[in-house]
Amino acid sequence: MSTVDVLLQQIVNGLALGMMYALLALGFTMVYGIIELINFSHFSVFMTGTFVGLVVLNLMGVTAVSKSLTGFALVGTLVVLFAATMATTGVLGVLIERICLRSLRHVAGTAPMITTIGVAFILINTMLLIWGPQAQRFPQLLPNWRWAVGAAEVTFKQVVLFVVGLVLMLALSHLVKRTTLGKAMRATAQDADAARMMGIDVDRVVVLTFFLGSALAGAGSLFFGLYYGFTGYYIGYTTGLRAFTSAVLGGIGSIPGAVLGGLFIGLTQSLGGQLVGVKWTDVIIFSLLIIVMVFRPNGLLGAHVPQKA
Amino acid sequence: MKASGRVLLNFCDVHTHYGSLHVLKGVSYEIREGEIVALLGGNASGKSTTMKTVLGLVRPSEGTVSFRGQPIHALRTSEIVRRGIAPVPEGRRLFPRMTILENLEMGRYTRRAEPGWAEELDRVFGLFPLLKERRHQLAGTMSGGEQQMLAIGRALMTRPTLLCMDEPSMGLAPRLVEEVFDIIRAINEQGTTIFVIEQNVNMALSIAHRGYVLQMGEVVLAGSAQELLENPLIRKAYLGSG
Repeated sequence: MSTVDVLLQQIVNGLALGMMYALLALGFTMVYGIIELINFSHFSVFMTGTFVGLVVLNLMGVTAVSKSLTGFALVGTLVVLFAATMATTGVLGVLIERICLRSLRHVAGTAPMITTIGVAFILINTMLLIWGPQAQRFPQLLPNWRWAVGAAEVTFKQVVLFVVGLVLMLALSHLVKRTTLGKAMRATAQDADAARMMGIDVDRVVVLTFFLGSALAGAGSLFFGLYYGFTGYYIGYTTGLRAFTSAVLGGIGSIPGAVLGGLFIGLTQSLGGQLVGVKWTDVIIFSLLIIVMVFRPNGLLGAHVPQKA
Repeated sequence: MKASGRVLLNFCDVHTHYGSLHVLKGVSYEIREGEIVALLGGNASGKSTTMKTVLGLVRPSEGTVSFRGQPIHALRTSEIVRRGIAPVPEGRRLFPRMTILENLEMGRYTRRAEPGWAEELDRVFGLFPLLKERRHQLAGTMSGGEQQMLAIGRALMTRPTLLCMDEPSMGLAPRLVEEVFDIIRAINEQGTTIFVIEQNVNMALSIAHRGYVLQMGEVVLAGSAQELLENPLIRKAYLGSG
C-alpha cells in the first residue's frame, strides 16, 4: 500500500468513527445551547446505551455467538435496535433533567454541572453492579463485507454507520430548521426569556432537547458496540471526553459545529494513530483542542463563549 | 378607536417583591377595551415590573391581575399569551439568528395549530411592507428602527386583544419614534387595546387616551392624557417646563 492509499484508508475509518463522536457531541452542544450547562452525565448515558442495545438484541434473540444477519432480518433488527435504544436513552436523559437538574435550573455557579458528574457516577456504578467489571461482547450482526476503493478497503459496517449517522443528522437538521418545535428550540437557545414571552413552554423545550440529545447518544453507543464489538462500564469516559472535545472544537452550542468537530476528531484519531502512533491519539486530540481554543476561543463555528464551567 | 368601557385588564392592589425588595406597592390600573393607556415613570419606578407581572413573568405577592374578568396572575406566560395578551418587550428581544419570517412564526407560537397564518402575515406585512421585502433576512442584522417594527409585527401575529409595549421609543431616532407611534395609533384604530410603558412622556400622551404615573412603585397620578399633559407636576418633572 502506498502512503496515499494508507491515508485514504484512514480517512474512511475516521469518517465512520467521526460520526459516532458527532452524534455524541450533538447532545453536549444542544443542551449547552439551551441551558448553558455542560452535561457530564451524557458520557454515562452513552455508556448505558451500549448495554441497552445489548439487552434489546438479546431480547430479539441475537447474542454474541449469533451469526451476522443479512437481508430483511438485518434491516429489521437494525431498525428495532436503533429505535428501542434511542427511545430508552432519550427517556433516561429526560429523567435526569426532570429529577436531578430542573430544580437546579436557577441555581448559579457550578452546582448543576457537579450534579451531572454525580449522575454519571450513579450510572457507571449501576452498570458495574449489573454487568460486572469485565467487558461484554457486543453481537456483530453486520456481515463482514468489504469493497476495494482504490487500494483502500471500505467495510459494510463503516458504510452502515456512516449512512445511519448521516440520516440521523439530516433528520435533526430538518427538525431544528424547519419544524415549529425546532424553531422554538432555536428561539429558546437565543433568548429564553423572549421565548417565554412568545408563549413557548421553555421547560418542554428543555425536556425535548434532553430527549433528542440523549437519543442521539443512544445511536452513538450502538455505533460503539457495532464498531468495536464490546462494551463495559468504563467506556463512557474516553469516548465521551473526545466527543465533548468535538463539541468544544466545533463551537459549543453550534449544531453544525458539533458535526464538524466530531468528524475532525474521528479523522484525527485514525490519521494520528496511523502517522504518529495509537498511544499518541489522545495527546494529539487534546493538543489540537488547546491550539484551537487559544486562537479561536469560540471554536470553529461557535457563537457562544462558555460562561458557566 | 373609541373605548367601549368594558374593563379588559384589571390590576387590583398589586404588590411584588424581588427578594426583600418591595417593587410594586399596591398599584391598581384599569385598561378598558379599545383604549391606549400610557404608563409613565422614570427609571426604577416599577414600569417594567408591571409589564412582567401582566405576562406572568413576575408573580404578585399580594393583589390580583385579571384579564376579561378572569384572574391571570397565577397562570403560565404561555397561557396568558394564548388568552390574548401579546408583549413588545423592552429592548425588542428579537431572536437575532432567526429570519424575520421565523421571528413572526414564533410570535404566533401559541396559535400554531390554528388556521389563519397567511391572513395574519398579510396584515403584518400590510403594516410593515419592509418586513415583507426582507423576510429572509436575519433579525440581528436589521437596524434599531426596523427591529422595533419586527417586534411589533411579531406581537401582532397572535391577533392580540391587548398589546403590551415596553419602551417602544427606546434607542430610536426622533423621526423613527414618530413613525412607531403613528403605527401604534393605527394598530389601535384597527381594534387592538394598547398598554404602553414609556419614558417619552410627551410622545406617549400624544397618542394615549389615559395615563398613569408611577413613582417608586406607587401610582402618584392618573387621568386622561389631556389632564396629565396639563398637570403642573408632569410639566415640571417630565416635560421640562413650569
